[in-house]
Amino acid sequence: MNRFKEKMIRRFFQLNGLFVIFVLIGIFVLLIRNSYPAFREIGVWNFFSSAEWNPTSFTGPKYGILAQVYSSLIVTFGAMLIAVPLGVATAAYISEVAGPGVKNILKPTIEILAGIPSVVLGFMGIVVIGPLIARVFNLNQGLNAINGSILLGIMALPTITSLSEDAISAVAKKYKEASYGLGANRWQTLVSVVIPSALSGIIASIMLGMGRAIGETMAVLMATGNSPAMPENIFDSLRTMTATIAIELGEVPFNTTHYYALFAVGLILFIMTFLVNLVSDIILHKYQEVD
Amino acid sequence: MSRKYKQFFGFMALRLAGLIVLFVLFYIIYDIVSKGLSSINWEFISQPPRRGMTEGGIYPAIVGTFYVTVITALVSVPLGMFGAIYLNEYAKKGRLSRLIRMAIRNLAGVPSIVFGLFGVALFVQWFNFGPSLISAGFTLGLMTLPVTITASEEALKTVPDAYRKGSLALGATRWETIKTNVLPLAIPGMMTGSILGLARAAGETAPILFTGAAFFIPHLPDSPFSQFMALPYHLYILATQHHNISVVRPIAYATALVLIVLVLLINLTAIILRIKYRKKFENK
Repeated sequence: MNRFKEKMIRRFFQLNGLFVIFVLIGIFVLLIRNSYPAFREIGVWNFFSSAEWNPTSFTGPKYGILAQVYSSLIVTFGAMLIAVPLGVATAAYISEVAGPGVKNILKPTIEILAGIPSVVLGFMGIVVIGPLIARVFNLNQGLNAINGSILLGIMALPTITSLSEDAISAVAKKYKEASYGLGANRWQTLVSVVIPSALSGIIASIMLGMGRAIGETMAVLMATGNSPAMPENIFDSLRTMTATIAIELGEVPFNTTHYYALFAVGLILFIMTFLVNLVSDIILHKYQEVD
Repeated sequence: MSRKYKQFFGFMALRLAGLIVLFVLFYIIYDIVSKGLSSINWEFISQPPRRGMTEGGIYPAIVGTFYVTVITALVSVPLGMFGAIYLNEYAKKGRLSRLIRMAIRNLAGVPSIVFGLFGVALFVQWFNFGPSLISAGFTLGLMTLPVTITASEEALKTVPDAYRKGSLALGATRWETIKTNVLPLAIPGMMTGSILGLARAAGETAPILFTGAAFFIPHLPDSPFSQFMALPYHLYILATQHHNISVVRPIAYATALVLIVLVLLINLTAIILRIKYRKKFENK
């Protein structure tokens, strides 16, 4: 009897462990199920080959996803231009240069930055960064691609910094000591020994930060102006995949083509972030095995 | 000599990066506090909005966020705890536990708006909960699951193996061991980590946009199936959707301040708990 009870308890916890897999698969299945009618009615080719997204057009609705995908990628790319150098440099500073006092200020700073809700950062995009961009570049208003990139850069920064720092501090001491022993100074050791040894961890952190940036909604929704056309330059207003879902899902009746099309956008977004995370996971895994 | 200069300028650049990060956080907080503080008074905290949100307070939004966070916790904390107990106490190092861990990491990377879509399809439509506290809370609960499960596992890992082996050697079963020798030591740590996840959930907007958050409800939600006002959504409305944005800007700033203070307070609680718990643990 006791053994049976133990077995049931074990089963119970196992089910809870498996639940995470159910949720992940559940999300995927629901997205596919709700995208399928959209692909059937719009046509897979039309969906992926057109840049025109205008579900309420008089001449018939247009569901082309290209402009959104391009917008998401371009904003994310801009964010990485900001967050990668800043994040990796801060990580190197924390683990290799800063004294314990500075460390004790910077590490919580990064944790708090990670905790600031995205809607607050979006608000900052409207009230601080937007007007700043407009003034510096002499534009009418500053809700555009750069604004989104700056915000996403700030959002990706904590992920990149803290994971890069883990990777940099994990570099074995003997490598550094060997480098010092050969007469290299701290900077040379950092650049030619520590960073290269930590590179896979740093790349994994960048991928994770990127995944986070592609999937971020509120900051881009509030700060990029949301014009659905294909952006031509970094001062253009644009509308990402996440923003499109956020703007339109509240307005469409359930179970219409438009409703399903938004799930299709969600499905593409899910697959994109899934792949980015998977690559980061594989890199990290390999790195741990080598260690 | 030149490599000495290289090091000097190199370290200078790294220091600059650290300073920029510090400045960013400092400026965000400075801007919000300096422009939001003057609008905050007792009425702002304790009254509903009036006159198309240009006057009054944000009381229903504070309460709504509190309610939805409680539901999130009810979903996410037990599921995370139980899942972590399986991973750390029962599962052998094999394909299954690797798969679960991979699922956890991938779930953590799913965009919040995709959780919103999932919540609409599953809770609002399929379970027919409608847009409600419960739909939003469940959605946020599943979203926070990777955080609570990881945090709980970390806490279980800090319990020394000797505690388990001693109990097992005395003839206790696995579950008796977990119940009497592992959980009492791990639960404070589990709570701390979970609270940090909840702080994040309390500030989320995208998953609740369509699962239950409402533009304006003058009274408080009276059942788990009512719609609700929430602080992050309220800030979004005030910042972008209001018909008179410049008039409500001070209120938007004040709302942002309340939201940030709330999130930081939750975080601080967790950190204080962590320090207290660590000291207690070290004394043993």
